[in-house]
Amino acid sequence: MHELSIVASLFEILEEKAKENKAKKIISVKLKVGALSGVVPEFLETAFNIYKKDTIAAESKLEIEEVPLKVRCQRCGAEMVKDDYVFICEKCDSRELETLSGTELLLEKAEMEV
Amino acid sequence: MKKKEVLVLEELLGSNKKIASEIREKLEKKGILTINLLGSPGAGKTSLLESIAEKLKPDYKMAVIEGDIETERDAERIRAKGISAWQIITGGACHLEAKMVGKIFPKIPTDLDFLFIENVGNLVCPASYDLGENIRCVLLSIPEGDDKPKKYPKAFTTSDCLVITKSDLLPALPFNLEHAQKEALQINPKLEIITTSAFKDSGINELIEYFLSALHKLRQKNA
Repeated sequence: MHELSIVASLFEILEEKAKENKAKKIISVKLKVGALSGVVPEFLETAFNIYKKDTIAAESKLEIEEVPLKVRCQRCGAEMVKDDYVFICEKCDSRELETLSGTELLLEKAEMEV
Repeated sequence: MKKKEVLVLEELLGSNKKIASEIREKLEKKGILTINLLGSPGAGKTSLLESIAEKLKPDYKMAVIEGDIETERDAERIRAKGISAWQIITGGACHLEAKMVGKIFPKIPTDLDFLFIENVGNLVCPASYDLGENIRCVLLSIPEGDDKPKKYPKAFTTSDCLVITKSDLLPALPFNLEHAQKEALQINPKLEIITTSAFKDSGINELIEYFLSALHKLRQKNA
């Protein structure tokens, strides 16, 4: 349950970006949350809605894109989605897999009223 | 009213990562190997540190940062072994963050060999926070059960070493060691696995050898 602490970091970035863009308010916020990011999207949303009160994003909407864990085999080149987190290639049994996506916890964009 | 879409593309934990990298760089320059210990409450983190302290004390200098929600108890246990320890009381927070370690930083002696950070007992949240460590160790104790690696994947995929603790309880409990090791390696093929019992002094030397080899590599890199 470290989602509230992550939302606090999110608001630090949001407030900085709002200032940079001389925004009056933030209308929407889009996050990318990987399957292996270690956070629960539902809790993140709850924390966001509690935290946003009395901030520049008080009326904003949060959109979360959940990103599956995607890997590429460095031996045979096969790309696959790993819902079970098993880092073994389904085609050639290699354990040399490169993570392409699914670990991110990213503020992608924000829509602002300027 | 004018609307503007601002592309940000910033990591939410970016500021933690930045502080962690600075801490790592400073400690590495001093030739100090930093180890972050993760594990459930009661996994045996403090007992493992007590055993390590006993063995390292004659030849090496170590210190410990303790993270807990409340009390100085763990730091007191380490100090009783004659080792410097600083307690971070998070006051409810379920994990340590790099900035908390940063506050302790000025107190850390520069002539250390090892700095251990015992995280708050929790197999979930601490996994998301880099503290500036060189090695992340996740503990799994026999009473917790052999099914934990896949239930808590982030703690195991982000760790360098899995320390199975309380192996003296293996005869008493239905824990399949082979199954736990196999599952852990499936989700993290690079994981070093060391089975220990602090109570019976088993596997601790092997773990210390692993740390010493990492310390040696770090200092070679510095030279």
